[in-house]
Parts: sequence; structure tokens; C-alpha cells
Amino acid sequence: MADKVNLTIDNIDVSVDKGKTILDAARQININIPVLCHHPDINVAGNCRVCVVEQVGARTLPVSCATPVSDGMEIYTNSHKVRTTRKHIIELLLSEHNADCTKCYKNGKCELQELAAEFKISNDYFIDLVPLKNYTIDKYSPSIVKDDSKCVRCQRCVRVCEELQYVSAVSCAHKGEHMKISTFFDHSMFEVICTNCGQCVNRCPTGALVEKNYIEEVWEALANPNIHVVCQTAPAVRVALGEDLGGVVGTRVTGKMIAALKRLGFDSVLDTDFTADLTIMEEGFELLGRLKKALKEKDHTVALPMTTSCSPGWIKFVEHVFPDMLDNVSTCKSPQQMFGALVKTYYAQKRDINPEKIISVSIMPCTAKKYEADRPEMRDSGFKDVDYVLTTRELAIMIKQAGVDFESLQEENYDSIMGSSTGAAVIFGATGGVMEAALRTAWEVVTGKEVPFDNLNITPVRGMEGVREASVVIAGALPEWSFLEGVELKCAVAHGLVNAKKAIQSVRDGKSDYHFIEIMACPGGCLGGGGQPFPTNPEIRQKRMDAIYEEDENMTIRKSHENPEIILIYEDFLGKPNSHKAHELLHTHYKKRERY
Amino acid sequence: MAEKTLKRVDLIFSEDNYREIIEKTFAKTDDEIINEMIDSGLKGRGGAGFLTGLKWKFARDAKSVNKHVICNADEGEPGTFKDREILDKVAQKVFTGMAIAARVVGAKKGYIYLRGEYRFLVPKLLKELKEFHAIMKAVNFDFEIDIFMGSGAYVCGEETALLESMEGRRGEPRNKPPFPVIEGYLGQPTVVNNVETLASAAMVCKIGSQSYKRLGTKSSRGSKLFSVSGDTPIAGVYELELGMSLQEFVDEFGDGDTKAVQVGGASGFCVPRKKFPTTIIGYQSDLEGDNLPTGGSMMIFNSSRSMYNLLRNYLDFFVEESCGQCTPCRVGTQQLIYGIEAVKRGDKNSSYLDYLLKLTETMKMTAKCGLGQSVANSFSSIVTNFKEEMIY
Repeated sequence: MADKVNLTIDNIDVSVDKGKTILDAARQININIPVLCHHPDINVAGNCRVCVVEQVGARTLPVSCATPVSDGMEIYTNSHKVRTTRKHIIELLLSEHNADCTKCYKNGKCELQELAAEFKISNDYFIDLVPLKNYTIDKYSPSIVKDDSKCVRCQRCVRVCEELQYVSAVSCAHKGEHMKISTFFDHSMFEVICTNCGQCVNRCPTGALVEKNYIEEVWEALANPNIHVVCQTAPAVRVALGEDLGGVVGTRVTGKMIAALKRLGFDSVLDTDFTADLTIMEEGFELLGRLKKALKEKDHTVALPMTTSCSPGWIKFVEHVFPDMLDNVSTCKSPQQMFGALVKTYYAQKRDINPEKIISVSIMPCTAKKYEADRPEMRDSGFKDVDYVLTTRELAIMIKQAGVDFESLQEENYDSIMGSSTGAAVIFGATGGVMEAALRTAWEVVTGKEVPFDNLNITPVRGMEGVREASVVIAGALPEWSFLEGVELKCAVAHGLVNAKKAIQSVRDGKSDYHFIEIMACPGGCLGGGGQPFPTNPEIRQKRMDAIYEEDENMTIRKSHENPEIILIYEDFLGKPNSHKAHELLHTHYKKRERY
Repeated sequence: MAEKTLKRVDLIFSEDNYREIIEKTFAKTDDEIINEMIDSGLKGRGGAGFLTGLKWKFARDAKSVNKHVICNADEGEPGTFKDREILDKVAQKVFTGMAIAARVVGAKKGYIYLRGEYRFLVPKLLKELKEFHAIMKAVNFDFEIDIFMGSGAYVCGEETALLESMEGRRGEPRNKPPFPVIEGYLGQPTVVNNVETLASAAMVCKIGSQSYKRLGTKSSRGSKLFSVSGDTPIAGVYELELGMSLQEFVDEFGDGDTKAVQVGGASGFCVPRKKFPTTIIGYQSDLEGDNLPTGGSMMIFNSSRSMYNLLRNYLDFFVEESCGQCTPCRVGTQQLIYGIEAVKRGDKNSSYLDYLLKLTETMKMTAKCGLGQSVANSFSSIVTNFKEEMIY
């Protein structure tokens, strides 16, 4: 037991591993110490000082989140001294915080508000510092609204942006009373390297960083009888929406979600899964095409490995940070944008609706999708392909506003057309899912047989490890693909941009010889997206992931190319994968951007 | 002016043969040097007062291939100007202290973290370093010193913020533990000593701990430089024994009308006239009366000065110079300054000062670094001793 440390907390003996903090030790014996700047996904900062405790013999009060335990420590978490100082600190935080709670988007979801309520901060002693500063709200980004007047300088966003995302769009600027979380030259979030991933939004304890919401715009569209409002729902939404509506983490609510959307008044409730399957077709054939050029035609100019392009956070990241690698990114639009382009063309034709009268709304686990929908390239239907993007959280708000009792809803099914899905599409919501879906289809295209994994579950690409590698040796290739026979297909999966950076850097440095890389900007993939319900942590993401694979297992069709609506759209509209029409509507190009 | 009563010491600014000191010291074992340092009772002269020998011992005992010695020359405390004088006049003495520290802990690299405003010293320091490196070569000791320029943030005088700054990041104090002697510059064991501490260390090695101990008092050994400023006819840098009473100090340096002395700069304590006789300048000890450790700033104020304006000025400085990282320091300093302004205006009644005094206790106990823990000292001492000036 040499590596154990013994201490007492509130007179209770506790033994914990060496290197653990006082906070860890307290949690082990179910003593709750309030925290604010602490977050399980990022490094410890010890900035806010809310978690101070009393250590017998120490001159000052150590912070429990950053102080390692030592033998014989005597800690008190609720002494008079601790309570008064902790209350002071919360009062101080409130004095520099725009406590406009009833009008705040984060009302009810704010960690500072919770603390204030818990400690019954009712006095008004300290001077309100907010009016003394010239705060402006940055609302120019289509994804994220930054309101410094609500910022408590905990630096969670700064750490997230640096540690998880290798972006550092936000960092600390100035000092003393002017210290603030700022961007390069204090430009708008819209004008800097921000990838719009929203991981900061997911972890901001207050309303300083929130998504730009389009709730009223969507209500307005729904209220207009002359408009046909279509919605698409991303795979990761169905495993998280319930959390915001009183459900247990990791519950699949697909049917209830569809029912709720219909109750809100959407004319047609469709599934992004459909275009996820379409992405597999387009991207899969694009990959096979690149492999053919490289391996059969010995064309050394073809860019390999090819990376996925579903994640708009990743796209903006690669444009800024690795602009020399843009050729490696698949030209496929994301499923959301493929959907948008098809709604106002294929769907409009099939349903005989004037595309001018269609408003397309997407429900996404993502804040970057808002930016993506606003890109000038995303108007191939002749209109704005996706009009409004709502996050999972915004949808939950709308469902509550509509007075719908979510729990008691009868499950319903997606409308048609563009509402049919496969297990392959569902797993897009988890890191590794696109890779697995692509392999299920590509293997079968090349060999005519199912992937040689038990029950189609390609487990090597699953999991939460930052970068995962897998390879399969192709055996039994059909004559058309004979150049692939015996080739070891090397794949990698990366999630979180810091891992994406590692994977791409190793390719750029010539250290990796992958053929295909799946990259998702957010930890855990879309299920950990910046638009998902609060809070987020590794356990919550794991439960959502389990739910996604459960959903896959429960689908009757689990391969994209077997989706009947996919077969139909190629017959009726697109011709074949990577056809001219497909390129027109479903593929795009990228733009080199500066880091600063 | 009163008759001179305080003994002047001449250790720091004395001319010395540094090669001789180094050769004499290097003839001893590391343990002998450490024991000599500990025995001398030399404490950090930057203000915090940690035993220098002990600091070196911790760094020596830390296991690492690379270790560093850093001279903290980020002299930013308002009213302190002694380190500038040392570097200007006897830089070699500081380098000598660094070399001895390096030898003891096993460092090959030294750095002078020089305050941004002291850039003018660089050409001279480079010239001195050339000579010093020649000595290192002559005594066959592998040690090199570089100059690292600070950029003007007060907080970078705090040793862990200094390290962050050197590593190219924003100058923000780190969580302690780990302490720099275990995980310092680049995560490796690092000794960070104040300019004066290093010069004093060289002098301890020269004259021996027995002679050094004869200066000062039991818990405050040795002499110390004082930066004397304010309402005094003889402002300047003086080397005096520790353990003097403030009365003795004022008798010698005051202008005959001294109302208060701010000991230790803006982050130090303000002592009113009635407490001069009982206030001893030195580290906490078993001596009677209040003991005030100090980085050496002694600001003397006569009866023409407004203590309200004085405090406002100090708080203004901290509101600007807090790094802004932790709540008690960033927000606390703002509440203190806007608080006294509100009381002065009559927007808050005088009892609000008592509420703010309680806040200063919280700030002292919960701020992340030594700066944050001391920013409220001037507030609590001035408000307690000159309350009427805050209100009327």
C-alpha cells in the first residue's frame, strides 16, 4: 500500500492513491465540494477558488481541485472559515457577472446561478462592477454568441480550445480588472480561427458563451401556412435529447423526438441518416476512385490518405491550420448539407412543392453546423440549402415551450421520402462510426461479400481513444477491383481536434501511410458535439455512445448501400455515385484560410 | 535630523575578488556549502523570507539531469530600487551567488530574469557576463548565464509566473505544490532567488556564516538593503542590519514629521507613528511587538499626505497589476478601490469598511499566489490605522 495516502476529511478517514487531489478524496467519500473552474475534461486551473478547504496547520486555505493529498492531512470542507470565504468568493464572482438571470439564455443551466442559489446569496453588499466596464456582445458569428459581461474568467473555454482542440481561438488578454477572454486582436469570433465547434459553449459555466439560437425564426416559419417546413435530425440528437427533457443519460428517444417534432408543426420530419448513407456512397466511391488512381494508374498526384468531411469544425480547422492538406479532404458535403441540397431539388420535385416555399431546418448536436449552413458554397439548390440549424438544446427548449409532455408521447416514424435510415448511418454520431459504415459498404462493393467482422461490428475502430488505427487486408476482390487484392487498407480514426492535428501532422511528416482517416472535431464524435445538452463529461459521452451502437444493433438494415431510398435516389435522380449531378449537388470545395 | 544611530553595513556593495570567493567556496563539498548557508540564517531578500540554504537543499535533492538557477531581477514592487543598484554596481557578486547555487544544486544553466524597464542595464550586464564566463572557464566550472527580458508585468516577480513567462506563456502564477525546486523551469528543478539574496549568499561564502550571523537578530540574520523614499531628506539605498525598530529607522531617515511608513512596498504594511517603537523590521520571531518582513521598500510619509490618496494609489496599482487569474485578487482589488471611493462619496456608510476588512481576510487566505495574498495588506493596515481619513 505504498502508493496510498491517508488523510482525514471532516474527521472521516480516507485513503486515496498518491497524486490524487483533495477534491478526488472528498468525492470518494461522497463529500461534495462545490467547483466552478474545474472540469473533468481539461487540466486543473485552480482559478476560481470556490473549492477552497481548510487544512489544519496551513496559513492559507488550499484549493481542493489543485492540491495533491499528503499523508496526515486534516481537511475541513465546511468549517466556518471555509463557508465565509467561499461565500465571499461567490459574491465576488457575482459582482463582476452580469446577473441578468431571468433574461439569460443560460437561465436554469448556469453553474454560477446554481452556486448562488445553493449559498443563498441574497445580500447586495459588493459594488456591481458590470456597469463600470464597456462590454459589448459579440453576436457576429452564426454559431456562437460571446457575452463578456457574463464571463467569470474561469478559463474553461481557454483550456478547452487549447487542450482539446489545438485551436486557441480564445485566450486570456490584458491583466487585472481588464483581464478578459479574448480573441486575436479582439476580433469577432466570426473573423478568427474559431472552428465553431462549441466545445467552449458546452463547458462555459455561465451564459458568456452560448450558441446563437434560431428558435424564434423557426417558430415563425412553422406559423406560416404558406411555407412547407422540413426538418432533418442528426444521428447523435436522438441519444441525447432526452437528457434535456427529464430523461436518463443514454436513453434513445428517436420515436418520441419524431412525435414531438410533428407536434411542433413541422410539415415533414426527415432523417439526416438518409444523407449519412448517401455520404457513405459518395465518399466510399470517392475513396475507391482515389485508390484506383493511386494503385492502378500509378498517379502519384492523387491525394491520399483521404479524410472525411462530415464535421464542419474539422473543415474549418483544416482550412486554417493545414491549408496545404485540403486536397486530402473528401469533397463530399456533410450529410446536413447533402440533405439541404436535395430537399430543395429532389424532394421538392418528388413531392411537387415549389422549393421557394420550403424552409429546411436541421436539428444538430453541433454549433459548427450553423456556420456551415451559412457558407456561400452551400447554395447549390439555388437557394440557401439549409435555412436554420438548431442544436439539440434548442429543440428541447422548443418542445418545452410547446407544452409537450415528452415522456408521454407515442413513438412515431420518420416521413418519406428521405426519411429512411440504416444502422450504418446512425453510428455516424459516434467517433469511428463513419469509418465503420464506410468499411461495411466499401468491402462489399470490392469483394461482393460482407465485412469479415462478427455481426458487422467493426470493433477495432470503436472506442474513445484519441487516435485509433486499424487495417484490413483485402481478400477476394472482384475483377473490377483486382488491383486492391492483397492490399492492406490502413485506416485511422481521430476525434477532438488535438487528435486530428496529431493524425494529420503524422501524415504531413510522412510518418503515416494511411489510406483513409475519419476525423470528428468533437471528443467522442457528434455525440459530444457543442450543441448537446449540458453538462458533458467522459461518462455521459460513453453512455451516449453505447446508446448509438444499441440503436445500430436494433436496425433491420445496417449497411448504407442497402437503404431502399438510397437505391431509389440513384435510380431516379443522381444516376450513380460521383456522377455529374452528384458532384453538382453533393460535393464542394474548401478555402485556404489564414491562422490569424 | 537626528543623530545617526543605525550602523551602516558594507557587504553588498563592497568590491571583491570573485574568483577567489568561488575558488574558496568550490573547495568545499555541497553539503558544507548548504550547511553554511542554512547556518547563516540567510532568508530570501525578495520579501517572502524562505531560508535560502533550505531552498538550495530541496533543489539539490530533486532528481533531474537538468536543473536551473534563476536570478529574479523583476524588481517591480513600488518603492523598491535596490536590485537595480546591485546589478548596476556589483553584478559580478550576483553571478557569483548564482554560480555557487548552481554548483550546489547541480545546474549548468542560469538566467537573469530582468525587469522590462531595466533594459538599459543589458549592455553593461553582457560585458560583466563576459568577464564572469571567463572566470567560470578559469575555474573549470561548466555554467553559463543568459539574460531573459521581462515585459513589464508586476506579477512576473512571483516566481511561478516568472517561470510561465520564461516558457513563453502568459505570466500567471502556477498552483503550488509542486514548488519550483521540484518542478520549475521547463518542469525541471529550479532555484529562483532574488538579486540581493544571491549577492548576500556570495557574501556569506566569503565571510563565513559565523561572521554573517553576528549581524541582525536571532530570527533575522544579516544585513539588508533598504530602498528609502518618500518624505525623507536622504532618499536612497542603504544597507542596514535587520532587527531595527521602525522608530530607530524613522529617527534617522524621517524628516521630523513622519506620520507613517509603508514597509514592504504597495503589498506591504502601513505603520502609523504610534506603532513605530514596537515595530521591528525583520522576519516573524519570538521578539516582542510586530515584526515586519520586507523586500526593503521603506516609503516615508509626513503629515501633509492623505492616507486615502495613498491607499487609492496602491489599489489602483493592484487593480491594474493583478494577473486577473484568480477571483479574490482580480475582483477583490476592484471591490476594495471602488469600495473606499463609495465610502468617501457617501454612497456607502462607514461600516462598509468593516465589511471590506473581512473581505481582505478572504483575499489573504484564498488568493492563488503571494501577490494575491498580500494585495490587501495595505488596505487592511491603512484602513485600520487611518479610518477617519477614509471616511471624511
